[in-house]
Amino acid sequence: MVSDITIGQYFPGRSLIHRMDPRVKIVLTVAYIVFLFIASNFAGLLCMVALMAVVLFSSGVPFPQYFKSLKAIIAIVIFTGVLNLFYGTGTVLWRWKFMQITDGGVYNAIFISVRIVSLILFSCVLTFTTSPTDLTDALERIMKPLRVLHVHVHEIAMMMTIALRFVPTLLEETDKIMSAQKARGADLESGGMMQRIRALIPILIPLFVSSFRRAYDLAMAMECRCYHGGEGRTKMKQLHLSRLDVWASAGMALFCAAALLCTLFLPASLH
Amino acid sequence: MFVLETKELTYIYGAGTPFEKTAVDHVSIGVERGEFLGVIGHTGSGKSTLIQMLNGLLKPASGTVLLNGGDIWAEPKKIRSVRFQVGMVFQYPEHQLFEETVLKDICFGPRNMGLADTEAEQRARRAARFVGLDDELLGKSPFEISGGEKRRAAIAGVIAMDPDVLVLDEPTAGLDPNGRDTLLQQISDYHKKRGSTVILVSHSMEDIARFADRVLVLNEGKAVMLDRTDRVFARGRELSKMGLRVPQITEILLMLREKGYPVHPVLTVEQAVEQLRPLLRKGGVRRGQ
Repeated sequence: MVSDITIGQYFPGRSLIHRMDPRVKIVLTVAYIVFLFIASNFAGLLCMVALMAVVLFSSGVPFPQYFKSLKAIIAIVIFTGVLNLFYGTGTVLWRWKFMQITDGGVYNAIFISVRIVSLILFSCVLTFTTSPTDLTDALERIMKPLRVLHVHVHEIAMMMTIALRFVPTLLEETDKIMSAQKARGADLESGGMMQRIRALIPILIPLFVSSFRRAYDLAMAMECRCYHGGEGRTKMKQLHLSRLDVWASAGMALFCAAALLCTLFLPASLH
Repeated sequence: MFVLETKELTYIYGAGTPFEKTAVDHVSIGVERGEFLGVIGHTGSGKSTLIQMLNGLLKPASGTVLLNGGDIWAEPKKIRSVRFQVGMVFQYPEHQLFEETVLKDICFGPRNMGLADTEAEQRARRAARFVGLDDELLGKSPFEISGGEKRRAAIAGVIAMDPDVLVLDEPTAGLDPNGRDTLLQQISDYHKKRGSTVILVSHSMEDIARFADRVLVLNEGKAVMLDRTDRVFARGRELSKMGLRVPQITEILLMLREKGYPVHPVLTVEQAVEQLRPLLRKGGVRRGQ
């Protein structure tokens, strides 16, 4: 079913991670990704994985949800993993014509796979514990300096809010239309490629029509409430940094520093 | 034998997540062949979920649905044929229209059944007549006709499959009073002429009272009553505890009975007048004395 897609879904809660300032969460997520790529040996990577485990546990989101979001990228992980098997130097373990697997290749495959999985899981913590409105709100604040360069920060943030806001609505709508057409005997599950594409027409056309209808309604509703862009607009919910954010950042810095030290003073694992 | 029967039917939304909710909870009901069954219940009582299990759009977490005595999920590959026998009209069905012309859209169901073009068109035209769509509308695009006409076209799209059981989820939502009465009358006429079973989900107690032979009351996912319409509405106090009303005229008669007047809680104004007239005559006599 369509509603099985979990990437970007918010799980309400009161955990430590939930209570953090969304701006800090975004910055820390970006920092995590940067350090994930700085760490170039297993000791450093271990530091980052440990940090991820701590964050995952304190997020209070049920673990099956994380596995579900991994399911979506498992193909990418396997693809890059297998590809890396063949690119590496060192002792040759297996050879067939021009292809060869070396111990370095095996290291690379494991290393890169762990890296991608950590990357996805950590970003999932951000979207699982932060409501879409908080997320775009924080993005707007972080990107504020770009206004000097005439970037329409508020408009971009508003578009993102609306887009995110309507993802579940449109999914629900898609489900409804699919049910209605299935009730009239539409066959979405069998047939060849062309037949399946043709079977989508009865779903896509009503979906487009209703998206436009919703867009008009929303534009009208915003107009009625005198929306005229971000100029002079204040926020009802002000974002505040708390002691929690300071502690979280400090803890994060500790792990990242450890990863950095490992990378600087221990030999690299990538071949 | 029942045309449709459910046994301990249960459905759970979001199993294993913080949003887990049992929408339908061990519902066992039987729908008799040829009857007009009304389904009422508060918002979120599980009406929509229940009816979507009747034609196999949702697969129950546990329990079975029997159509003509056979489990509809016995062969999951053949579930499509169940959907042709149990026709389902969703809320706001006009949102499903997609073809170039109204006629083609009504033909969508029959063509999916594998019927030849001429046969499908014949059925579509017959279905359009049942819901009162003019012939000249059939050639138009479904996006340029009025809201009420769209609704009719969508309902015709389901009727055209000639299902044994027709399930309608709030078919009159958002229509004006006139459009509502006509549409329900047409559904009722279709029910009588075709002799098919009709299941009507509605929030309008008046509509249910007027058309339904029996009423199923759902509350928090459980089937709490399934009985003749007059008997269900005679239990007005219990219904109002579930956030439901009885028809206005029944409410008045129930109040009179509580005050000690010898009246039966009937369902229509005409029936009430018959009971109230003698009472008023007596009252008139008393005033005259």
